[in-house]
Amino acid sequence: MSKILVIAEHLGGKLNSSTARAVSAAVAVKGEAIDVLVLAENAGAIAAEAAKIEGVSRVLTIARPENAHPLAAVLAPQIAKAAAGYSHVFVPSTTFGKDLAPRVAALLGVAQVSDVMSVEAAHTFKRPIYAGNAIITVEADPAHTVVATIRTASWSAAASGSNSVPVEAITVDAALPTHTRFVELQQGKSDRPDLQSARKVVSGGRGVGSKENFDIIYKFADRIGAAVGASRAAVDAGYCPNEMQVGQTGKIIAPELYMAIGISGAIQHLTGIKDAGTIVAINKDGEAPIFEVADFGLVGDLFKLIPELELSL
Amino acid sequence: MKILVGYKRVVDYNVRIQVKPDGSGVVTDGVKLSANPFDDIALEEALRLREKGVAEEVIVVGIGPADLTAHLRNGLAMGANRAIHVSTADAVQPLTAARVFLKLIEKEQPGLVILGKQAIDDDANQTGQMLAALWDRPQATFASKVEIANGKATVTREVDAGLEVIEAELPAVITTDLRLNEPRFIKLPDIMKAKSKPIDVIEFGSLGVEANDHLKTTHYAAPAKRSKGVMVKDAAELIAALKQKGLL
Repeated sequence: MSKILVIAEHLGGKLNSSTARAVSAAVAVKGEAIDVLVLAENAGAIAAEAAKIEGVSRVLTIARPENAHPLAAVLAPQIAKAAAGYSHVFVPSTTFGKDLAPRVAALLGVAQVSDVMSVEAAHTFKRPIYAGNAIITVEADPAHTVVATIRTASWSAAASGSNSVPVEAITVDAALPTHTRFVELQQGKSDRPDLQSARKVVSGGRGVGSKENFDIIYKFADRIGAAVGASRAAVDAGYCPNEMQVGQTGKIIAPELYMAIGISGAIQHLTGIKDAGTIVAINKDGEAPIFEVADFGLVGDLFKLIPELELSL
Repeated sequence: MKILVGYKRVVDYNVRIQVKPDGSGVVTDGVKLSANPFDDIALEEALRLREKGVAEEVIVVGIGPADLTAHLRNGLAMGANRAIHVSTADAVQPLTAARVFLKLIEKEQPGLVILGKQAIDDDANQTGQMLAALWDRPQATFASKVEIANGKATVTREVDAGLEVIEAELPAVITTDLRLNEPRFIKLPDIMKAKSKPIDVIEFGSLGVEANDHLKTTHYAAPAKRSKGVMVKDAAELIAALKQKGLL
């Protein structure tokens, strides 16, 4: 029977919702146990949140000062040790998990399944390749531990609140390197909803034209309570910071409503929004590829249309 | 200092890939192939470090079939000093690629290995991290800025929360993100010069690397298509439609 270890992602003492999404994938394996492992400097509050997630059997913690920041070189040897006895190690496919999981897999001497979209059987998974233009079915060898990253946009977060499982501190005998050191995290300050978990997202592209013009996107997003995203073109042009990029190499998101404004819709961008519930496209070019995937399309000048949208709300 | 750069050949990023009707793979016959865009960025960064005097030699590495030579010549034309071609007819998974790089590291003793953060064909995003683990050295993935001084790399990384800065003692593995640099274009005289630059061909079998095939791809499918929606005539109609669906 399968036993799954899910690695918790957290920041600033709070559990990231990507963890509960990875738990959903673990539930789909239909194993006998799902344990969540929290590596942190102070694990208490994070572990307490994880203990409420439905489907989780136990929460394990490794609390030590070296775990204050998510350095893969420091966390991976601990996870590789903690993975003994587990058939699967699941990590969210966020920049945290993408950085960490392959390091764990290599220490265990096993291959990794990246971006799991669906669990077909305990060792059979579907994942996207070529920017999502092909979906492959992969079979992992049951003789080895499966290390996988979970494509968060494909999984809803496991419900939280009704569960209350034991939290156990564990110790692992792993030598931790000092060759990699955290310096700082430069975080954009925003009161807006988080892009990766927001129900509504408004994104701007090259058509917005400048950093100053992007205010019109922020303002409209605030009116409808949406997170703000951007195309690669808009980030490259310096209109907004990198953490707002949506697409193959940025964030892959699945909001209920996605509004693409002034975004032409390169395949690399479409990869990031394929799982959105409803896609709205506003673009002055009626031939833009974004209209091929949009549920609702509106052709016209965004600077004229956005104020009209606000008036109609 | 030497810098090893991974230089993978992939289906060009502008090609819209088609899945074969029998689900056995994707159509690659007659499709344009190019350098993985992230690897072009990796090579550009290595060349800039050489131009700044941080490194003396830049070596591009490719793993693949006999005809990979022409692709490696592009890396030489862009400015690499020499190339290593690890020759194999088989597709290589990331863990195997990492093991190959480790063998080359033992021989070449580079101070830095720069790889693309992912290849745009398999989108795995694994090789750099796996290599760093096997080598027991630092990894600085998704780099958007790299500074080398006093035996360490200070790397700014693009992470979901913003920009993270870490310090990594050399030797180390860096993987590139899109905004690290803009790769130079290859000029015609450089193509001529590249013809005289050396390419070492090493048979995969001679490296003593265990090919890892823990993962088997059993089926390829086209993604589910979104059905084409409707065009609305104005802002009011759009808002009404979204309200009707309970989205606003």
